[in-house]
Amino acid sequence: MSGKVKACYACQRNGRTRLGEPCLKTYPLECVDLLRRARVAFQAGRTLKENFRLAQLEAVVRMLEEHECDFVDALGRDLHKPRFETVMSELLLVKNEALYAISNLKKWMQPQHVERNLSTTLDQCLVVNEPLGVVFIVGTWSSPVQMCLVPLVGAIAAGNCAIINPSECTYHTSELLHHLIPLYLDNECFHVILAGVSDLPEVVELKFDHVFFTGNREEGNRIAQAAARTLTPVTLILGGKNPCYVDCQCDIATTAQRLAWARFHNAGQSLVAPDYILCHADVKARLVQALKCCLMQFYGPDPRESRSFGRMVNLEIFNRTRDMLWRSGKVAMGGQVIEAEKYIAPTILTDVAESDPIMQQDVFGPVLPVLTVNNEDEAIAFINKQEKPLCVYAYSNNSKVISRLMSETSSGSFCSNDSILQSLMVALPFGGVGASGTGSYHGRYSFDTFSHRKSCLLRGTRFECVTYLRYPPYEDRNLSLMTWASTLSQKSQGWCQIL
Amino acid sequence: MSREQLAVQRARKSFQTGNTKPLEYRIHQLNSLLRFITERRRDIADAVKRDLGKSEHGTELFETLGLEGEIKLAVEKLAEWAAPRPVERNLLTISDEVYVQPEPLGVVLIIGAWNYPWAVTLQPLVGAIAAGNAAVIKPSEVSSHSAKAMEDLLPQYLDKDLYPVVTGGVAETQELLKQRFDHIFYTGSNTVGKLVMEAAARHLTPVTLELGGKSPCYIDKNCDITVACRRVTWGKFVNCGQTCIAPDYILCEPSIQSRVVEEIKKNIKEFYTDNPKTFEDYGRIVNQRHFKRVMSLMEGSTVAVGGDSDESQCYIAPTVLKDVTGESKVMKEEIFGPLLPIITVSGVEEAIQFINEREKPLVIYVFSHNKKLIKRVIAETSSGALLANDCLVHFTVSALPFGGVGNSGMGCYHGRHSFDQLSHLRSCLIKQLKMEGVNSMRYPPHTAKKLGWARFLLLKQVNVCRLRRMALLAMLAGLAAFVVQRFLR
Repeated sequence: MSGKVKACYACQRNGRTRLGEPCLKTYPLECVDLLRRARVAFQAGRTLKENFRLAQLEAVVRMLEEHECDFVDALGRDLHKPRFETVMSELLLVKNEALYAISNLKKWMQPQHVERNLSTTLDQCLVVNEPLGVVFIVGTWSSPVQMCLVPLVGAIAAGNCAIINPSECTYHTSELLHHLIPLYLDNECFHVILAGVSDLPEVVELKFDHVFFTGNREEGNRIAQAAARTLTPVTLILGGKNPCYVDCQCDIATTAQRLAWARFHNAGQSLVAPDYILCHADVKARLVQALKCCLMQFYGPDPRESRSFGRMVNLEIFNRTRDMLWRSGKVAMGGQVIEAEKYIAPTILTDVAESDPIMQQDVFGPVLPVLTVNNEDEAIAFINKQEKPLCVYAYSNNSKVISRLMSETSSGSFCSNDSILQSLMVALPFGGVGASGTGSYHGRYSFDTFSHRKSCLLRGTRFECVTYLRYPPYEDRNLSLMTWASTLSQKSQGWCQIL
Repeated sequence: MSREQLAVQRARKSFQTGNTKPLEYRIHQLNSLLRFITERRRDIADAVKRDLGKSEHGTELFETLGLEGEIKLAVEKLAEWAAPRPVERNLLTISDEVYVQPEPLGVVLIIGAWNYPWAVTLQPLVGAIAAGNAAVIKPSEVSSHSAKAMEDLLPQYLDKDLYPVVTGGVAETQELLKQRFDHIFYTGSNTVGKLVMEAAARHLTPVTLELGGKSPCYIDKNCDITVACRRVTWGKFVNCGQTCIAPDYILCEPSIQSRVVEEIKKNIKEFYTDNPKTFEDYGRIVNQRHFKRVMSLMEGSTVAVGGDSDESQCYIAPTVLKDVTGESKVMKEEIFGPLLPIITVSGVEEAIQFINEREKPLVIYVFSHNKKLIKRVIAETSSGALLANDCLVHFTVSALPFGGVGNSGMGCYHGRHSFDQLSHLRSCLIKQLKMEGVNSMRYPPHTAKKLGWARFLLLKQVNVCRLRRMALLAMLAGLAAFVVQRFLR
């Protein structure tokens, strides 16, 4: 365990963090202590009562309300995020989840009675929801507050203790969470740590009861392997290239507006934004023109001056996006970059080939490549050649086209004629499939992710006269009696339970 | 290219043709599987007899009866399970279609176990077929006769490319695990479970692990001890103790220990006669390695009943061990054999503590008349499942999710849960390109007014039903006012 050194590797080289603050990085050794405290608190039964969980959820809501300006400020400094986006996509979203959990908690905590059958008619068959224990939540930098706190809401509702690790890339937001959470939530049950990305597998191996990770595929892979070594169940929300098919038959103006908003909010740094567009050559020119108009409308002639447009989170992402931009296709609009500000203008690329760098990795920046296909068959074939993404989008007035895009591709989620909204709804499970992740959350699904559904069958010791049929010595007569009874109860209840 | 690679590749190609999408195809395959079980009853029973010494009745009771039930349930309910599942909408999506659509995952790997070679390998297959996947089936090599029978006979009933059976030992399994699957379903030991999960993690493949553990059985002094012991005896010695959900050890108060031992002894005699060795309905340990392992667990404990064995036949008599403590050798690992240790505790408090000091098991058994006590055990312990006043039978209720937690596994199956576990539940939001006015508040340039609207529309959790009810009420109120005005002047 690397517990002796006081500052992380990057800080050692510079003395302090890039912005001059002291290094707050947490080490696996400190995590051991926090994990122990959380386990003790869990075993004492603190988180089990409904009142405790409600109080903690209400505290989360209060924290977001009372410190709205602090969050806006922190996210402004990390990502140049406009107030509107912070409030809407970070704070309101978490508040929504918390309020939804608060109003449904009683219902979720109730045991569910399940269908019984011939022999269990006199018994109680139920499924009880129990907390898993201590869970580990790792957030990502593109939506730093939402990605940590929405799973936390689920973990609290399900009665767990949790250790949260906000991303080290959004330093101010992580610092803020590290400072605020102990002021609002129970200090023994919930802890915030600031472990570096390279230390995460080591932290996972300390043994949690569930690991919830949001991030990119390589990191996700390392976390999954560390979790496998300790038999820890995981939920992984990973990135991917979300395709977006724009059909010939669609209202180009509205499509362009919705697309532009989805792609360029948060300066393109989103897991669920459409990554690239597939459209017919005829549509391309009109679409690009319409997109240009929208961008002008949204951000004005110089997006750098606009308060509604963000910046890249750090130089690494900036460089990566800039390189992709410069080495792929042709710039149809935008393309300006300013390193000092980590600014990349909203950019649309055309004449992009499948082999270009921008099509080989996830785009985490305000760059939208437009590729041409001849028809929806080609679009579907193209999409299916890639790894399964988090989302597939399709814009069309023709419901048959939408139907085809949906049924012939696979992705975490699907949305037609809009983007991102399906990932904001509290009633829909949000998650990936295949390379874009496993598991899902939001609303009731968060509660289920962090719960164990324990089957309980409560019988009596009477009616032994019926039960005797199952005991050895096995006789033909007994077996045929049971088989007959089994066909009786099979009408819609599975098989015979005279056993 | 290795045999395993080829099988997986063919399965994937076959899956990609989209043949498994239509429900009729899946139902056809499920019905073929059902035919297989009914037509080849003899071959299956034969194979199990040679693997585990189980009688034909025993096989039918524990392997095929359950399987038949699962298949029939899946065939009957498939349309309901595979249909889109609508969800509640909010103000913003009030005019849209919002639902969750179950979809097949792709190619699933099912690794079976040797203790119930047919039930444990084919029940997940039912879920895989129902969900529209292709599946590579890897039966355990330890139950070699069943594996051979599966390899020879299954392709005569199911599609050879979509559902190949791959037999082999450790090397073949490792080769299989190198391939990429869309889900891996493993039943077996903890050690191998970790290896399977690690191999899966390399491809980011989700897993369902049905592992083992030591399932405790608490017998309260306030219960019908005769019936309790009869059920425990049955649960323990079925399949010679080689059941993942068998009661592993008993916890009871010292005052009833001798009565418990007496009752169990009586029941063993009743079920398996004075000489279980010659009795048809009593099985054998699967192989020499496990025989030696189980025999060595007896070291250091007092034998109260049974204890005799015959290495040449891998026979171990139904055995009860008493005055066992937490430190005894038999308490160090899952027994998976016909040894039943009894540990004395001062009451339910100590029993709960004892259970909680150990890893979470697959199931906890409690025998008691006292409902409060049972509720207490449910609330203060954690396990895959909890069964009060009986053993094993929760396995047969398809509506109950069957699976472990913590060290005893992850994921669950049976009935609809198999279908859900092996499907991808995809969120779908179908919108129109109309009503752009509503959307305009989210577009930049951002103003405080837009933010206000957004807060209102997003934050108010609107129940569509409630809205309708309110609208109806308002209409009725209007109508009432009209009536009052018009007629009751």
